[in-house]
Amino acid sequence: MHFLDFEKPIAELEGKIAELRHLSDTDGMNIAEEVARLQTKVERDLTSTYARLSPWQKTLVARHPDRPHTVDYIKALITDFMPLAGDRGFGEDAAVVGGVGRFKGRSVVVIGLEKGRDTETRLKHNFGMARPEGYRKAKRLMELGDRFSLPILTFVDTAGAYPGVGAEERGQSEAIARSIEACLDVRVPLIATVIGEGGSGGAIALAVGNVVLMLEHSIYSVISPEGCASILWRDGNQAKSAAEALKLTAQDLERLGIIDGIVPEPVGGAHRAPEATFTAVRDAIDSHLTQLVKIDPSQLRARRRDKFLQMGRGGLG
Amino acid sequence: MNWLTNFVKPKIQRLVRPKEVPDNLWHQCPKCSEMVFHRELEKTLRVCVHCGHHMRMPVKARLKMLFDEGKWAEIELQPEPTDPLRFKDRKRYSERLKEAQTETGLKDAVVVAHGTMGGLGVVVAAFEFDFMGGSMGAAVGEAIVAAAELACLQEAPLIVIPSSGGARMQEGIISLMQMARTTVAVDKVREKRLPYIVVLTDPTTGGVTASFAMLGDIAVAEPGALIGFAGARVIEQTIREKLPEGFQRSEYLMDHGMVDMVVPRHELRAKLIQLVGLLMHKNPAADVVALAPSARRRKVDGKPETDTSRPEPAIPDMAFDER
Ligand SMILES: [Zn+2]
Repeated sequence: MHFLDFEKPIAELEGKIAELRHLSDTDGMNIAEEVARLQTKVERDLTSTYARLSPWQKTLVARHPDRPHTVDYIKALITDFMPLAGDRGFGEDAAVVGGVGRFKGRSVVVIGLEKGRDTETRLKHNFGMARPEGYRKAKRLMELGDRFSLPILTFVDTAGAYPGVGAEERGQSEAIARSIEACLDVRVPLIATVIGEGGSGGAIALAVGNVVLMLEHSIYSVISPEGCASILWRDGNQAKSAAEALKLTAQDLERLGIIDGIVPEPVGGAHRAPEATFTAVRDAIDSHLTQLVKIDPSQLRARRRDKFLQMGRGGLG
Repeated sequence: MNWLTNFVKPKIQRLVRPKEVPDNLWHQCPKCSEMVFHRELEKTLRVCVHCGHHMRMPVKARLKMLFDEGKWAEIELQPEPTDPLRFKDRKRYSERLKEAQTETGLKDAVVVAHGTMGGLGVVVAAFEFDFMGGSMGAAVGEAIVAAAELACLQEAPLIVIPSSGGARMQEGIISLMQMARTTVAVDKVREKRLPYIVVLTDPTTGGVTASFAMLGDIAVAEPGALIGFAGARVIEQTIREKLPEGFQRSEYLMDHGMVDMVVPRHELRAKLIQLVGLLMHKNPAADVVALAPSARRRKVDGKPETDTSRPEPAIPDMAFDER
């Protein structure tokens, strides 16, 4: 388990528990009691720490290396998954994973940004930073969903679109714009879930949904706190202040009326109990999807468009 | 709610006259460093006489060079929340806004204007780069929405002229949402089958390019304009090598198939008039109508009529269609 700085006291307690457990094989009952006592304390500390994470701490949790990624959600939530590849113009970009499968028995299109877990998969998925081909593939899959009346589920987890020479040459901005346009155009339910980091244009490209959900400790922002700090504070070390100012937490975004719901995470964050997280996400998506599939296709489209047309109009918060 | 009726009264604010400028002003060209006399710069539409560099243009000068006789009407935009996040970095956003408003005399970074170009009614949304780098917050989003609504209402083409560093960070997520909001807006124009033309000027980057600015039916770029998604510095840090010559400039984008044409500023008005004419007036008109003494819409000297309260539907009168 990877511990974040602010989790140090918890890490120490857990270290002690591990040591005691090792001893308990040889020494008796008292140790078992002590372990139980420490475990209660860990629970309590985790609960209180995670109940009042600062925006910057949430940023770190959202980027936690052990946090479940898109491929994990697909494995847990989607049966019969059939990955699909390519933008039909230039290439296949594995930063965007997608395909068709079944969510609770219903055929759906799934599209998500995948960061990768170890060196090999991180390189394969380009650390979750998509190139134009990725967004064009996303657009293609959304159109597929539209044509076959399959609801679309997206999972957002990216630091942002890839800043590279080739990406620019092949029209990164146009690809993102077309992906946003595709989200707005489909006549099927589109549910977007921000599972980790929702980084700027590269994230909203897949997040213009009828329903936009965020995990309790995920973030969604126009710019990374570090980027914002180096531009506005002219000091990259002011990332904490920038994280506060940007209002990038799920709780802030819900208050601002930007998102439609927060999916609670298990105590200590999604990475401590992935299975419980998958269940919570499954239930949240299911309850919204059951409602959305009852709505007439053209209404689905019109409501989604109207929702985003109103964003920022006439006063928020 | 009907988004068309919920609209804005167009209002003529003023006829624009050239500002008085003192004669002793010299400008240094940012590209070749030569000095250019201010009056000369006005005459050349802020294009350097020495090297042809297209300098950034204040929004009013831009509108003046595009509209017939340099006249247009501006629409009053609905007031926006000025500081939705109560954002403060080294300075309060509300203060930055006030400063920009004082400096530019504008409420925010976009002016929405309508009038005629070559006698054809058009709606123009043009950016003022000097207003916080032309950055896009809710007010800029609102301006694009209003411009799109006006274009639909007037059945006129929409011309958007961005000059923007991208999202307005001080509005956080709300500025990001303007990417989706403006996309809906310009799609309304396209759904009505009205031309949506984008004139990419220096600079057009970040969230502005990754939304409405790259969605034009026609993409025109001014020479040498910086156009791209990611900043050059960020790219260099990522790839750890030098960027190719001319990277993210108009001509480079043209070579890579991202814009339709690169048009020098002194040809821009004529090119736009030609484009709008081709897309809005599809049928042969002049000589056919000239044969009809009773034709309701008579054209003199081959010039399109100037009454643009309704755009020309240009349905050919079959009775005179035989030659
Ligand atoms: Zn020069």
